[in-house]
Amino acid sequence: MTIKLTINGVPHQLDVEPDMPLLWALRDELKLTGTKFGCGVAACGACTVHVDGQPVRSCSYPIDAAADSSVTTIEGLGGAEGTHAVQRAWIENQVPQCGYCQSGMIMAVTALLDENPTPSDADIDAAITNICRCGTYPRIRKAIHELAATNNKSRKG
Amino acid sequence: MAALTRRNFLVGTGLVGGGILLGISFAPGRLATIRKQYKTKEASVLTTWVRITQDNRVSVIVPHSEMGQGVHTALPMMLAEEMEADWDLVRMEQAPANELFANDAVSKGFLLNGQRLPAILNPPADWASYKLAQLLDVQTTGGSSSIRFTGEFGMRTAGAAVKEMLIKAAAEKWGVAEDDCVARLSHVTHEKSGAKASFGALAEAAAAFEPNATPTLKDKKDFTIIGTSKQRFDIPDKVRGAAVYGIDADVPNMRIAVLKAAPVFGGHVAQLDKSSIAGRRGIEDVVQIKDAVAVIADNYWRASSALADLSVSFDAAGHGDVSSETIFTRFRAALDADDGKTNIVQGDVSIDGARALEADYKVPYLDHAAMEPMNCTAHVKDGKCEIWVGAQDPLACRGHAAKVLGISADDVTVHPLMLGGSFGRRSGVLMDYIERAVLIAAQVDYPVKVMWSREEDMQQGAYRPASISRFKAKLDEKGAPTSWENHYIRDEESAAVHIPYAIENQYIRVSEVDTHVPYGVWRSVASSQHGFYIESFMDELAHAAGQDPVAYRRALLADNPRHLEVLNKVAQMADWGRPLPQGRALGVALRESFGTVVGQIAEVSIEDGETRVHHVWCAADPGDVVNPDGFIAQMESGIIYGLTAALYGEITLENGQVQQENFPDYEVLRLATAPKIDVDIIRSGATLGGAGEPSTPPAAPAVTNALFALTGKRIRSLPLKNHDFA
Repeated sequence: MTIKLTINGVPHQLDVEPDMPLLWALRDELKLTGTKFGCGVAACGACTVHVDGQPVRSCSYPIDAAADSSVTTIEGLGGAEGTHAVQRAWIENQVPQCGYCQSGMIMAVTALLDENPTPSDADIDAAITNICRCGTYPRIRKAIHELAATNNKSRKG
Repeated sequence: MAALTRRNFLVGTGLVGGGILLGISFAPGRLATIRKQYKTKEASVLTTWVRITQDNRVSVIVPHSEMGQGVHTALPMMLAEEMEADWDLVRMEQAPANELFANDAVSKGFLLNGQRLPAILNPPADWASYKLAQLLDVQTTGGSSSIRFTGEFGMRTAGAAVKEMLIKAAAEKWGVAEDDCVARLSHVTHEKSGAKASFGALAEAAAAFEPNATPTLKDKKDFTIIGTSKQRFDIPDKVRGAAVYGIDADVPNMRIAVLKAAPVFGGHVAQLDKSSIAGRRGIEDVVQIKDAVAVIADNYWRASSALADLSVSFDAAGHGDVSSETIFTRFRAALDADDGKTNIVQGDVSIDGARALEADYKVPYLDHAAMEPMNCTAHVKDGKCEIWVGAQDPLACRGHAAKVLGISADDVTVHPLMLGGSFGRRSGVLMDYIERAVLIAAQVDYPVKVMWSREEDMQQGAYRPASISRFKAKLDEKGAPTSWENHYIRDEESAAVHIPYAIENQYIRVSEVDTHVPYGVWRSVASSQHGFYIESFMDELAHAAGQDPVAYRRALLADNPRHLEVLNKVAQMADWGRPLPQGRALGVALRESFGTVVGQIAEVSIEDGETRVHHVWCAADPGDVVNPDGFIAQMESGIIYGLTAALYGEITLENGQVQQENFPDYEVLRLATAPKIDVDIIRSGATLGGAGEPSTPPAAPAVTNALFALTGKRIRSLPLKNHDFA
């Protein structure tokens, strides 16, 4: 069956099974390999993308659920500017090590900050449950707080 | 960041517009000295390269794998320091596919980027080619060796030699004395005449000189790059999703294979009915090798869905009754039989003491659980093999593929890609990922990306061995230890059982018990077990003596000033001895591994019956440090890796096979459970130690020692999830 959806602003029509997880449509059909396979059971978050702005774990998200939706992957996150504020904060704080989980981590964090621009530690703990085996968590927390401080400042300003 | 390929260096257009490449290799005599000093195979990795282009950019070609430890930045820093390069003009290139070094003609082409070959550079070039062709496994990344060996002996020397060549070229050009010329920020200047030339402008002339294998290295007090925090080269691509990992390999006409191996290690395919998935969309082939099957399709999901429905069974190769329980029973029986070999005997262990203590410790098997599931892409055709893989030792992969396929290593090409974590799993110790991929690829015409599901990755691992360790100690009237006995299973790395503490009588021995479980090196190797054992039992001695655990250790470290300083530093950082909030306690642990001494103090509490680690203070003496922020990141990383093992890590066996399948039943630390971490670096000037591994071993005992302080319960087995603190 043909599934229509927009990915990073580009319309696509895919002839795939409706229950194919969005992850494998992205990676194997469209060669968008920035989104990573980690567990296949929505436990690790490496495959996180946005569907209509909401974070989803694409390994367990059937593509027909994304039909007629707008999907954003790590490749499209920066938009016209090229680099999103979260990506810049990741560079500034030297967050990634092996980097494999960071596409999903960054997508989860951007979704959190869109929803809640000044999250508390408890908000971060509840929202960001992605796994990083390199243990970059302390830097992730620090980077999120820096972004929140900037958001707070601009909101007050 | 671009990896070199045959094409772009042969034609010389793929990088930054050609340029001069200077190859530095070392005389065998020098190598022999270093080998004698270090006695590891890593010491052979001593050929480093620098390319200078006419636009004055410097590319450092790094023969190690980037798996998150920052080596692709730290090694160029070491070369740039000695070379006096402007760091803003320095780039990194991953060392090229390995057969290029092993092929004499091609490596000469590589050396000179297709340009003329100065005769004087011929011997080192030939020697490098010869040496690398002889030693198939000298490109390993592991054992925290990259900085210690390649960096200290390769990169720094190469950088200094290149600087000498550039100065010589400038001096000749200007007709002045070399001694009056100074290299700084990628330029050579002659102050008296005001002459100035960029490295790029001098590079071609410099390449005509023979590199000096023993140039004068800078005094560390003059360092301007080493010891400063630099942003890593690999990070911008990683935050954009642009870094290419093994799993991202995309080769024309490639298909995807999903693997299922015999669940009981050593088992074989007993029955296979390919018709069970006949006619399904996208399925290309079902391939059988002796211990596994693979479904090949045009898409991972199609292949994995079909694999789940495939009718296949495996035998248990006689291991169907093995469980974790039967393994630990055999371990205990071996200790009870006490026929282990002697490791150290000193003094008389039967000496009387005022108090005697005994304790048995144990730890389970552990999986690496790197975020990128295992995978390897291979194309086997017409007696040749091409491989795309993220691996710690691409040259060993090349040799292993050749061996498995029965072809010459010259006919195997390995394209090294990024590693999505490894922690030892993608090392050369167990190259099942190479073996299975090439055996499957050999049965089809097209390139095939062979992939492990997470479940397969977890159940077909190369496991940190389970082990047990039995201690006996005696204390004198004042509580000081007079004897230390340790008998343990199994002999993985005997240096790991040495203790830094001054105890006169030591008797340490090991017994071997073989199992069918595949062995893997796991971050910090045997120090991951013995660090927990030794530092826990030391804590037991301190408490038995009624003494403070920091003060007790301090009194036994007079002969180990580095350990003493690290211990004092971490105690100061954590303000050891301060009053703590109700329900909190501190624990300390101290461990040297891979040349770096690490002390940690953990602050813990019990929440809802479970251990909560709030804060870890870490003092580390690696001798000196190249990229301080990168070193701190490695300490943080190793601590969290060690804490995951301490709190949750456990692979168990039942009916001969691993029971855990995926992250839901192999839990790991996450943001909500990760502690605050503070790291301080002590630059003692000792021989450079490692960064990637040494902070893992103290993490578990710092926590369990804190739990003893908090609850009075001594933890002698991991993980903590199996202990009830309610």
